[in-house]
Amino acid sequence: MTRWLALTLALLGLSAIPARAADEFIADLTTHFIAITTGFTGTEVVLFGATDGTGDVIAIVRGPEHDAVVRRKSRVAGLWVNTQQMTFTGVPSYYAVYSSRPLDEIAPPQMQALHQIGLANLRLGAAEKNRSPEEINDFRAALIRQRQREGVFGTGIGRIAFLGDRLFRATLQFPANLPTGDYHVEIFLVRDKTVINGQTTPLNASQAGIDGDVYEFANREALFYGIIAVVGAAMAGWLASLPFRNA
Amino acid sequence: MDIYLPIAAMSLDVFVLLALGGAVGFLSGVFGVGGGFLLTPLLIFIGVPHAVAVASSANQLVGASVSGALAHWRRGNVDFQMAFVLLAGGLVGSATGVWLFALLRRIGQIDLAISLSYALLLGTLGSLMLAESTRAILRLRKPGGPRRKLHQHIWLHGLPLKMRFRRSKLYISALLPLTLGFSVGVLSAIMGVGGGFVMIPAMIYILGMPTVVVPGTSLFQIIFVAASVTVLQAVGNGTVDVVLALVLLVGGVVGAQLGTRFGQRLRGEQLRAMLAFIVLAVAAKLLFDLTVAPPDLYSIETTAP
Repeated sequence: MTRWLALTLALLGLSAIPARAADEFIADLTTHFIAITTGFTGTEVVLFGATDGTGDVIAIVRGPEHDAVVRRKSRVAGLWVNTQQMTFTGVPSYYAVYSSRPLDEIAPPQMQALHQIGLANLRLGAAEKNRSPEEINDFRAALIRQRQREGVFGTGIGRIAFLGDRLFRATLQFPANLPTGDYHVEIFLVRDKTVINGQTTPLNASQAGIDGDVYEFANREALFYGIIAVVGAAMAGWLASLPFRNA
Repeated sequence: MDIYLPIAAMSLDVFVLLALGGAVGFLSGVFGVGGGFLLTPLLIFIGVPHAVAVASSANQLVGASVSGALAHWRRGNVDFQMAFVLLAGGLVGSATGVWLFALLRRIGQIDLAISLSYALLLGTLGSLMLAESTRAILRLRKPGGPRRKLHQHIWLHGLPLKMRFRRSKLYISALLPLTLGFSVGVLSAIMGVGGGFVMIPAMIYILGMPTVVVPGTSLFQIIFVAASVTVLQAVGNGTVDVVLALVLLVGGVVGAQLGTRFGQRLRGEQLRAMLAFIVLAVAAKLLFDLTVAPPDLYSIETTAP
């Protein structure tokens, strides 16, 4: 555990924080794997842990990063057409914040910015440099708005409940349209408006069962997949015509 | 009961999809067209991404046209020679179409291109069909009138590379079916349709083929064009959802058989007028959606990191 802690601390760039025994805390998830099957309608994962003394806990759930192209429509000859676009890099496919107390009470703005706590502090790289900050902000806001509507960016702050002074737990809610890939859950222990300890724990969401295999196969062996799709459809068409041969 | 579509990455009610496939199959059975031109817009209406709707419709079409072509083949109503010439044009056309599709997708105009080409094509076609069937219904009231020739020669038939098509009793330039095949191939790739609704009128009015061999020949060559579109879409754009295609096919096949029986009890002119109204309604809805201010001006597409 200590080795894991040290590793994640180093990754988080938090190793400078003196790791006194009193600052130790541990946290884990009830599962590190979410299987997305045919009937997947969303799921819950419980985050739980214990602190070694008083403090507040903030958790951030981030999905795998990808690039996102944001396009803006405008009216051309009476039709609404995409006319402008902007690419953002390093956009998490899923993002949610959980906290044991309102963020502004426990985390000063610099800390929120440093650890990318809250959507406003999400660092998204705009690939085009020759755009005005206002334009970039508009596109960025649109990206966040859309993701919130899809349910993959949290709209508020989820609750982390303390049981007594030491034990905490939170129910992480995941929607039906959960993007697949490697997630990580960052957990910060905050005391006196400072992050005094942090830990990262992995979470994987994968398509399981036949769907997962189909998706995998379609990506890896696109040509084979296409040929199988054609042969399968042709066979189904032929089979379907058999009962009606004499019709 | 929801079913998860692995490529579309969304859950849809399996009964909605079966009903959709069934309804389109029923219409195609009644009217004797592939029905792909209705399936893609309907999939778009229920929220399937444009690109996936197009590619999966092409996949579904392979099965539907195999089923239909076999029925016509048993009656000897396929002009294979004509089909292969159309196909040669069609394969080049579908490759060009898939390339164009990828290009439009990259510049963010694929949704517009799909909606607009559907609205234009369906609008034109619906109006022509409506006008034609109205004339036919009116003509029925006044019997008589001159008998038409087997087919009329137009200047296009005289282009070089003349070929004899025995089954269709034609001696025309091969450039004509080649070009027709090419254009329909491009349409197939961009719109996910077999192009029967373009191909059939063109075969009758431009090539001058006898009506009896038209549906079989069209369906036969559509199998191959749709198959090549499916493979090319899978490789080039990764948008073929086999689960979606298969569910639609199951509904479609049952619907088509019911539709064929129902269609035999209706009069041809009335059928065509009904189909014309449906086609016009779909076109109007597509065009209307393009002119209404979207709820959010911004749209997002994710790409690999």
